Amino acid sequence: MARIELKNVRKSYGAVEVIKGIDLDIRKGEFMVFVGPSGCGKSTLLRLISGLEEITDGDLLFDNERVNNVVPSKRGIAMVFQSYALYPHMKVYDNMAFGMQLSKSNPKEIEARVRKAAEMLQIDHLLDRLPKQLSGGQRQRVAIGRAIVRDPRVFLFDEPLSNLDAALRVDTRLEIARLNHDMEDVTMIYVTHDQVEAMTLADRICVLRDGKVEQVGTPAELYESPNSVFVAGFIGSPKMNFLKGSFAAAFDCTTLGIRPEHISVVDEARGIWRGKVIHGENLGSDYFLFVEIGAEAPLVVRRDGKEGLPVGAEIALAPEIPNLHRFGPDDRPV
Amino acid sequence: MAQSFTGRERSLQQQRVRAAYTFLAPMLIMLAVVAAWPLLRSIGFSFTDATADTIFNGESKWVGFENYLERRVRSNGEVRWRGVLVDPDWWNAVWNTVRFSAVSVALEATLGLLVALVLNAEFKGRGLVRAAILIPWAIPTVVSARMWGWMLNDQFGVINHMMMSVGLIDAPIAWTAQADTAMLAVLIVDVWKTTPFMALLMLAGLQMIPRDMYEAAKIDGIHPIRVFFKVTLPLLKPAILVAVIFRALDALRIFDLIYLLTPQSDATVTMSVLSYRELQQFGDYGEGSAMSTLLFLIITGFVLLYIKLGRVDLTGSKS
Repeated sequence: MARIELKNVRKSYGAVEVIKGIDLDIRKGEFMVFVGPSGCGKSTLLRLISGLEEITDGDLLFDNERVNNVVPSKRGIAMVFQSYALYPHMKVYDNMAFGMQLSKSNPKEIEARVRKAAEMLQIDHLLDRLPKQLSGGQRQRVAIGRAIVRDPRVFLFDEPLSNLDAALRVDTRLEIARLNHDMEDVTMIYVTHDQVEAMTLADRICVLRDGKVEQVGTPAELYESPNSVFVAGFIGSPKMNFLKGSFAAAFDCTTLGIRPEHISVVDEARGIWRGKVIHGENLGSDYFLFVEIGAEAPLVVRRDGKEGLPVGAEIALAPEIPNLHRFGPDDRPV
Repeated sequence: MAQSFTGRERSLQQQRVRAAYTFLAPMLIMLAVVAAWPLLRSIGFSFTDATADTIFNGESKWVGFENYLERRVRSNGEVRWRGVLVDPDWWNAVWNTVRFSAVSVALEATLGLLVALVLNAEFKGRGLVRAAILIPWAIPTVVSARMWGWMLNDQFGVINHMMMSVGLIDAPIAWTAQADTAMLAVLIVDVWKTTPFMALLMLAGLQMIPRDMYEAAKIDGIHPIRVFFKVTLPLLKPAILVAVIFRALDALRIFDLIYLLTPQSDATVTMSVLSYRELQQFGDYGEGSAMSTLLFLIITGFVLLYIKLGRVDLTGSKS
């Protein structure tokens, strides 16, 4: 339960600045996701908030109190690591209780809290096992359980799902979303490079690029009104189509963005773009057509699963005009 | 159809096994020539009365276990036992070797761990220090034994000089010659020489421990000393066990340092030195070989016991 403010936070390693002045306000009980490509500084930013790295310049405030020089254990945080960071020689129970044993809580209370967290995550039958006897998903639950037991103000997740396989990732994602509902007072910060995780989990998303905040907003805001070509291309799957040159000039912009689901196949007379289907991807519910219209890259068009078209078909396409994203020469919206 | 399929699979497996043996063959032949054959010869000699004169002309005789233990009845009916197993010199050497090994390995492991912990921390010039610390290990034993021999010398040695000038001792000590200090001198030099090796083995182990384990502990606010005993030490245990076994093998068959630093001293003579004396100086190949064989058996027994008790994972199959 903490409000976290970052004021012009900077981090340098020697002469290299990796976090270049970040201002961000994370509300109480909010689920904030940091997302961005590798090397954008999202993990570093999380480590600055956790206190594992020292802030070079700027202020970090927890509930209006400057915590720049407060050691990690005094910040009221819990962290879930990408590699789980479980102690391999300790049983699950000891892994979860280890951090509490010195905070002088009595053993009964420690046990009660461990059991409660274990039940919450359905790992109570695993408490006597060693980490190596668990599956990846179970290990990740133990790591989350260890964090819950600490009863933190702030929950930090550093790419917690990236070591899991695709099916498990979806399950654990759901688990984390449920956890977020159950612990509505706890502020959660979650780092990922996967925009699907960001879209599905976040109350708000902070898109980072090259050590700077690119845009902050709810998933819908980022999806519907991205404030740069970068955000437009990063959020959404499959990616937004970008058209340049004469295609864009026809709409008075430098770069024209249009999502695959906002393009329809129309009859010849109403068509704005014409081209040939060069490839089709049938995902069952969706059918993605790759249409060569003479632009830099083929245009991706989403259709319903049953509405596929044969490769080689000549078709006409029209975008939904209200859903066009027009960007100027500075890559910002016009 | 199914049968021909499995038949082909097996032959692929056979091909792999054959390829493996082909690659292993040079190594196996080499080991047989330089390790297995000398070892078997030596064990063979221990059952003969071979001496320097008879060893090559084939006049030595098979004497069974006489070199190890022999019961002799004198004309007056008195029973006498002889052989290595009742030789007080041999048991003195065994005791010296065990004592030396236990103390030196314990000291080197402890100091090596401390040095490794320091070298594992991040500081400027760490690479240089890591390289520099290996210098004692890199110096040939002959050189370091002579060097320390001079430093410990009772008349000209710098160590006596320093200890006298600060008033620790009144009269110079003949470190390497006196029976009560000879073992101490050998231990000092061996610890000086071998601690870096231990430190490097343990440093390698320390570097295998994932950093986020420490970060998790840091977020939990666990005291560094508790982290050391509860996290670092248990995770380092396999590396420590392997380092100790390497060192113990070396220590149990120590020869050069003792032979060079404290020659002829009964206080330090080890199994290797004694069997060398028997073989080379007295030319008694039978009894010398018996000693070598016993040394071999003792080391083998120790290693097997150690692996069993420590559950050392030498094959790496557990990790």
